[in-house]
Amino acid sequence: MKSVYGNYAEVKSEIVLEVINLKTWFFTRRGIVKAVNGVDFALESGECLCLVGESGCGKSVTALSILRLFDSPPGRIVQGKVIYGGTDLAQCPMPYLRKIRGKDIAMVFQNAQSSLNPVFTIGDQIAEQVMVHQRVSRPEALDRARTLLEEMNIPQPGRVLKMYPHQMSGGMKQRAMIAMSLSCNPAILIADEPTTSVDVTIRAQIIYILQELKNGRDMSVIFITHDLSLVKEIGDRAAVVYGGKIVEVAPVEHILKNPAHPYTVGLIDCLPDLSAQSRRLPSIPGNTPNPLDMPPGCPFHPRCPKVMDICREVEPAMVNIADVHTVCCHLFVNMGGGSGNG
Amino acid sequence: MDSSLLLQVKGLRKYYRVTAGLMSRTRGEIRAVDGVSLSINRGEVLGLVGESGCGKSTLGKIILRLEEPTAGEINFNGIDVINLKGRDLREMRGKMQIIFQDPDSSLDPRMTVGGSIEEALVVHGISDSAELEERVARLMEKVGLEAGFRERYPHEFSGGQKQRIGIARALAMDPQLIIADEPVSALDVSVQAQVLNLMMDIRDRDGLAYLFVSHDLSVVKYLSDRVAVMYLGKIVELADKEEFFRNPLHPYTEALLSAIASLRPDGRNRILLTGDVPSPLNPPSGCRFHTRCHRMMPVCQQIEPQFTESAPGHYVSCHLYT
Repeated sequence: MKSVYGNYAEVKSEIVLEVINLKTWFFTRRGIVKAVNGVDFALESGECLCLVGESGCGKSVTALSILRLFDSPPGRIVQGKVIYGGTDLAQCPMPYLRKIRGKDIAMVFQNAQSSLNPVFTIGDQIAEQVMVHQRVSRPEALDRARTLLEEMNIPQPGRVLKMYPHQMSGGMKQRAMIAMSLSCNPAILIADEPTTSVDVTIRAQIIYILQELKNGRDMSVIFITHDLSLVKEIGDRAAVVYGGKIVEVAPVEHILKNPAHPYTVGLIDCLPDLSAQSRRLPSIPGNTPNPLDMPPGCPFHPRCPKVMDICREVEPAMVNIADVHTVCCHLFVNMGGGSGNG
Repeated sequence: MDSSLLLQVKGLRKYYRVTAGLMSRTRGEIRAVDGVSLSINRGEVLGLVGESGCGKSTLGKIILRLEEPTAGEINFNGIDVINLKGRDLREMRGKMQIIFQDPDSSLDPRMTVGGSIEEALVVHGISDSAELEERVARLMEKVGLEAGFRERYPHEFSGGQKQRIGIARALAMDPQLIIADEPVSALDVSVQAQVLNLMMDIRDRDGLAYLFVSHDLSVVKYLSDRVAVMYLGKIVELADKEEFFRNPLHPYTEALLSAIASLRPDGRNRILLTGDVPSPLNPPSGCRFHTRCHRMMPVCQQIEPQFTESAPGHYVSCHLYT
């Protein structure tokens, strides 16, 4: 799979994390849910890669699989590798993985409310993480926590340290979560829909913080979202996920201007745009597929406006349609390996 | 009274008493809705925008009398809604319906979809089984559900389909006004568009009016005729859609508009509001927005601005325009 991303390396950046043919399946009583079914991507140092998709497409499980944070059983990584620092995190022993979690690779979850412990103060919770991974005293750890809260633009950080989660607003909790995830200077931050449960004005604040962080630190970000407009704000590269697979990868500006996969085209079209004047929104017919009953061939074919006979039977492979643009669709097979821009 | 006027709300207030301690002493009041006046014409879509906790959902519920207002007047079709009781109230509610945000929790998981829609008709006194059968089929067709889905249960449907069922229930008695409380915020983007299109089709065909409550300005722009912005229990700006988006006056509206990340670049600078929405238990003095306002003046801290018409049909409550 390196060939797919090889051309992009002309920026001369190194790859910090590589996910190779990852398959995370859930073995439930009602059948096997192939939540992640062959995902490949490489994360470069300093970049923000966005995983974009609708609910149930497998974007969150992909992120959880990197640190093996999904429930097991029923979930299991049945195939694939997650290479970080020369080690395969999908196979490594748990004690090793625990050292990576929070320290090298940190995560921010969608719902800060349920990710924070209600019976400890924010200061305690941030300091705990620092003390687990580093040899520091409690006062030092608390000092660290205060600096982090300050960086998050939280007013009166000293006071907030002593607050319990229920005393804080949703936006503040989410910022405290981000502060906590940054407490050990991780190399990779995975943010799973960090702004979905907050208001628009608070969302703008959080996105601003993340943008500043990305520029100010030597950190790579995997940003998971369903919202393409956020991708434009924060992402360097976008990977569109559908039916447990990545169906298109390209730099953000490129993918928004020249989307190739019919699903990406549909996603961009059906956003109500403030500048648009038309009365009727284009929409993608049908619903997201049932993960227990994935359609054969290309998972998008029942909803695809450009469906061909081959799509119903044969699963398409990833093809390069431009230097930095790959897509997984039969429409582009003939362009495979070409350098032309579609 | 103007015959095109469908709903008129005047000075509506809803205070929740906050109690504490053994004797349930009143500790304060949450002013969820604090003096709201608005009107909706027949066939009109009024978008109501605001952040969580601003009182927009409470306002919708009061209009239907699902919550009792503390003060104010509601006039629907020339009828004083506040003093309706019993059968009259039920009859009125047939003409005024609500669609909730979460289709999952608003459908009974143990009732078939056909049964859920039928219930809406039975409640309003339709008992003839042939008529029920026929009307349920018609409603399902109207919202784009196959007739074969009738005997299925809610868990067999996707979010978008469940929301269609909710819409079918709301349409049961041919209402004149539907209060849509964040009807698409729980749906995926690709499905959102389907449901919004359906709502517009129904409006165009049946000529009903919507009070469309949402936090998402881009969705509101898509289907509203007029837009109202609410902040901490009060309406701070109200204008025709075109005027609203071309010439937003209130600093809060400006900030909301700039917070929407649009796919197309525009020249507007981003306005970042600092801090959170203050508690409605203890709203700031003067203009309620002054603690977060980027154009705050000394007068804003003391005197509450009046809701005035600054251009024809464009109302704003801000000291910058008085």
